[in-house]
Amino acid sequence: MSTDAYPEISFESRMSSVEFRVSEQAHITVDGKKCADCSTRGCITACPANLFVPTADGGILFNYELCFECGTCYMVCNEEGAITWSYPEGGHGVVFHSS
Amino acid sequence: MSNSDVPDVDVPDFDVVVVGAGPAGSAAALELARAGRSVCLLERGPYPGSKNMYGGVIYGRVLDSLIPNWWEEAPIQRWVTRRSTMLMTGNQALTVDYRSNTWGEAPYNGATAFRPDFDAWLAAKAEAAGAVLICSTTATGLLRDGQRVVGVRTDRPDGDLTARVVICCDGVNSFLAKEAGLYPPSDPANYTLGVKETIALPREVIDERFAVRGNHGVDIEILGCTGKVPGGGFLYTNAESLAVGLVLSLPELAKCGRRPEEILAELKSHPAIAPLIEGGEVKEYSAHMIPEAGYKMMPELIGDGILVAGDAAAMCLAAGIWLEGVNFAIGSGAAAGQAAARAVQRRDTSTAGLGDYRRRLEANFVMTDHRKLKDAPHLVMSDLAQQQLPRIACGVMEQLFTVTNPEPKPGLRKIIRSQMKLNNLKLRDAISQGVKALRTYG
Ligand SMILES: Cc1cc2nc3c(=O)[nH]c(=O)nc-3n(C[C@H](O)[C@H](O)[C@H](O)COP(=O)(O)OP(=O)(O)OC[C@H]3O[C@@H](n4cnc5c(N)ncnc54)[C@H](O)[C@@H]3O)c2cc1C
Ligand code: SF4
Ligand code: SF4
Repeated sequence: MSTDAYPEISFESRMSSVEFRVSEQAHITVDGKKCADCSTRGCITACPANLFVPTADGGILFNYELCFECGTCYMVCNEEGAITWSYPEGGHGVVFHSS
Repeated sequence: MSNSDVPDVDVPDFDVVVVGAGPAGSAAALELARAGRSVCLLERGPYPGSKNMYGGVIYGRVLDSLIPNWWEEAPIQRWVTRRSTMLMTGNQALTVDYRSNTWGEAPYNGATAFRPDFDAWLAAKAEAAGAVLICSTTATGLLRDGQRVVGVRTDRPDGDLTARVVICCDGVNSFLAKEAGLYPPSDPANYTLGVKETIALPREVIDERFAVRGNHGVDIEILGCTGKVPGGGFLYTNAESLAVGLVLSLPELAKCGRRPEEILAELKSHPAIAPLIEGGEVKEYSAHMIPEAGYKMMPELIGDGILVAGDAAAMCLAAGIWLEGVNFAIGSGAAAGQAAARAVQRRDTSTAGLGDYRRRLEANFVMTDHRKLKDAPHLVMSDLAQQQLPRIACGVMEQLFTVTNPEPKPGLRKIIRSQMKLNNLKLRDAISQGVKALRTYG
């Protein structure tokens, strides 16, 4: 149904509209070993920042840098302990301006 | 600190530490400061509001008693004078549109605003009243003396802050309320994810497309735009931008195989929406969770030395035609501030000593509305409201307005019956759901 008149922007330009003050310290880590046993993999579709990327060997590649800190991933995660989640250190992470 | 006659090594850094400078936290800190208590307002973002996004409308009546004539100074975008509810299918839309110019005059009803502006403004009010605002500082845990909460740990060097009361206004994820044992294990079914694009457009273009003038604006809530995922959509006008977004049930989103921005792209290309946003440029994309289930997921609100308010206590009201969280955050935050101030003054900040918080919530709109509408979130997320209602409503309109000459016009009753049948809705179920809806909203 999408029309040529209003082309959708790419995910990269979508995310480039957001300011992230990236910390050197990862606030979220994912234990790829646990992901190998996961049958649901809800994180892949639900993470609004699209940070969970499936790898060829059945694992998950994750990078914390462009994260909204929303909490969706740990909520929908299927495997106990696969995601270690905390907020970034104070002053870092996502910064909204017109939301 | 002057409230102890004997010098005391156990004197805490502050009477109260409020975690989170969202609307709940700033309202709490404002009340405490005004009551003469020493209060620290802690915020992990570089400034209040920097971590916060929402749909876009703040209902200000709750501010009347806190900040008289707030509308003369609050950083708003537009005053909402048109409220529409839209039921849509893939290529149809039925809109109920209400306009009231009374809402465009003081004391106003609702306004669109950017949270980074609004939250910073409200926090500054608390600061001006005497609260100590500390930004760029994350509370990482609770300090305890046995069961009693006596402060918070922060990520600053030597960053422990002690207090007689900690008020958790740390939003939907509230790790502090969870750490305090006030929540049962969380159920993702109680939460939704909100995603939103702020789309820049010239002021005149918005005025024309939405048929408003000056600082008047529009609020559109949309049902039937989220595919198989229970949820809803919204479109709001700011001064020189639009906010277009979705609210999506977490477990269903995780299962559906489609990403949030894909579902949003579909809404944006809908024939009823596309012409409104045409030519606009995405200025900011944002995402945040909502404690959708409201009353039924609320935690214990009071513990020994600790109170929970706002989204941290699931006080956001998500009931279909209403999506109100900021006003409930301010209402509950102010009540928490008042109750904490009283408890500190009486030197009893135990669970019992803080019990006044619940009484205050019960006495005002916060708990009254939530209890009354406790079934609404579930009703709105039901198959009937999500799938059948939009299709039947649009189908009825389609048939009603399609001229079938030379065939005579079908009767309305027949149309409704045929649409219900087409969408597998039995009269019995329609009536029982209708009765339930009347009971919930009535
Ligand atoms: C998509 C969407 C649309 C919405 N639409 C509307 C609407 O149109 N109208 C409306 O009224 N409501 C709406 N809401 C709901 C509204 O946004 C919330 O109910 C409201 O923000 C709750 O306020 P709060 O102060 O409780 O929490 P928040 O606004 O979330 O504030 C919490 C604050 O605490 C800080 N914080 C969190 N943890 C820590 C920590 N450990 N240390 C230090 N600081 C911390 C955060 O940075 C944040 O500033 C919407 C929500 C969403 C997601
Ligand atoms: S849902 Fe959890 S366990 Fe499954 S793939 Fe995602 S992060 Fe890994
Ligand atoms: S917190 Fe939200 S944005 Fe960040 S990784 Fe998890 S789901 Fe993605």
